[in-house]
Amino acid sequence: MSLYFTKEHEWIRVDGDVATVGISNHAQEALGDIVFAEVPEAGKSLSKGDDAAVVESVKAASDVYAPVGGEVVEGNAALADDPSLINRDPEGEGWFFKLKLADAGELDGLMDEAAYREWIETL
Amino acid sequence: MDGNSEDLGKLPLDAWHRAHGGRMVPFAGYEMPVQYEGIMAEHLWTRDHAGLFDVSHMGQLLFHGPEVDKALETLLPGDLLGLKDGRLRYSMLLAEDGGIIDDLMATRRGEHFYLVVNGATKQGDIAEFERRLPRTVALDHMKEQALLALQGPEAAAVLEALVPGVAELSFMQAGLFHWDGKPLWISRSGYTGEDGFEISVAGRDVEALADALTADDRVRPIGLGARDSLRLEAGLPLYGHDLDGSTTPVMADLIFAISKRRRSEGGFAGALRIMAELDNGPAQKRVGLNVDGRQPVREGALILDGEGNEVGRVTSGGHSPSLGRPIAMGYVATPLAEAGTALTLEQRGKLFQASVAPMPFVPHRYHRKQGA
Repeated sequence: MSLYFTKEHEWIRVDGDVATVGISNHAQEALGDIVFAEVPEAGKSLSKGDDAAVVESVKAASDVYAPVGGEVVEGNAALADDPSLINRDPEGEGWFFKLKLADAGELDGLMDEAAYREWIETL
Repeated sequence: MDGNSEDLGKLPLDAWHRAHGGRMVPFAGYEMPVQYEGIMAEHLWTRDHAGLFDVSHMGQLLFHGPEVDKALETLLPGDLLGLKDGRLRYSMLLAEDGGIIDDLMATRRGEHFYLVVNGATKQGDIAEFERRLPRTVALDHMKEQALLALQGPEAAAVLEALVPGVAELSFMQAGLFHWDGKPLWISRSGYTGEDGFEISVAGRDVEALADALTADDRVRPIGLGARDSLRLEAGLPLYGHDLDGSTTPVMADLIFAISKRRRSEGGFAGALRIMAELDNGPAQKRVGLNVDGRQPVREGALILDGEGNEVGRVTSGGHSPSLGRPIAMGYVATPLAEAGTALTLEQRGKLFQASVAPMPFVPHRYHRKQGA
């Protein structure tokens, strides 16, 4: 299992050919209290960079992009009833969706956890 | 009025906000705290206890001169001649066409009138007053004064402990008090729908006062984010969003601010149009909206009727922390302004069901004296 991060503050946990996607702790802190999340349904096909999910805090709406392409195998149904899961456990229970990787090569060039934590210190 | 951070002004409490964990953002030409611990927690704290807001960006203007009340009545539609000493009234600075240049609070303060206007509009307001008032009326922009608001059900007990006598004020009443030898002009008013006070204090004394207030466990500092969600729940319009030069007091459903005498006599800017709108109804009206589902619908969303025709726009909207659901306000064609009318909202291509809601969304809890 490997963990990657993007400069858009998303994380991707890869287990075999399935990638779980969410937003980082840094991202949820910047957004503040999250009151709504909309995640893609199973079967939806996403290309890298597509709008994949919506997350809204008290202050603003943000799009979550697909950091890698593939077919969605599951959206996190728990977020509809309790979007604050994203605030409480952004890199665990607050995941957004899982997809079947179309091209593992798209993971190349993403940051690993240490590189990401180091990079956000510079922001 | 966002700007580059180099151009932004600093308020007297700037360092205090940062020391208390305030996340600073550009607002009305200043760097101001949008939140401390979090908007939701700050909002709910204010509804349950007491929240301290720094609103020093607002303009504090003092007018004096012969018949200052009569002069101001040419620009404001409220009854100022009949306003007693130490009483305040919500009013608006009107353009000649009846459009709203700003909304404000006006207090009779002895020989003077004290007006508190919005931060982003204060320079324009001053120019309007100087251009349109007779030269015999002098205007002093009290730039050295800071302004705090203490709001919430525990505000009166907290402030009474520091400044004995303030609890005697009733809603929309004000007076001069002292704390630690320093003069404070305190009114029982606010922008949250809760009981509370607004305190004008010299900029050099404001940090000590903020420290004294937050030393009480019932008080927490509250940022602009919660100020916005609190006023939205209270149904109170925000200038530049729910009010602007294209809206009149009648369109904005602020008829209460046009007193009876002014309605029959006229004699204020835009009176012809405003009196016609009072008689015949305005083309559009500001309404509250209950939005189905959980997703916030925000400023700029379109309002559609049953046939999909655009009948107005959302001017403010978001998640209501007290109600746990989305609420909004906006303008609709007057025939659709009745409470309960079903409407559709469109935001980023997505449709939302909504209905016209009576405002406030959360009941006001002002401190009105019995029989007053």
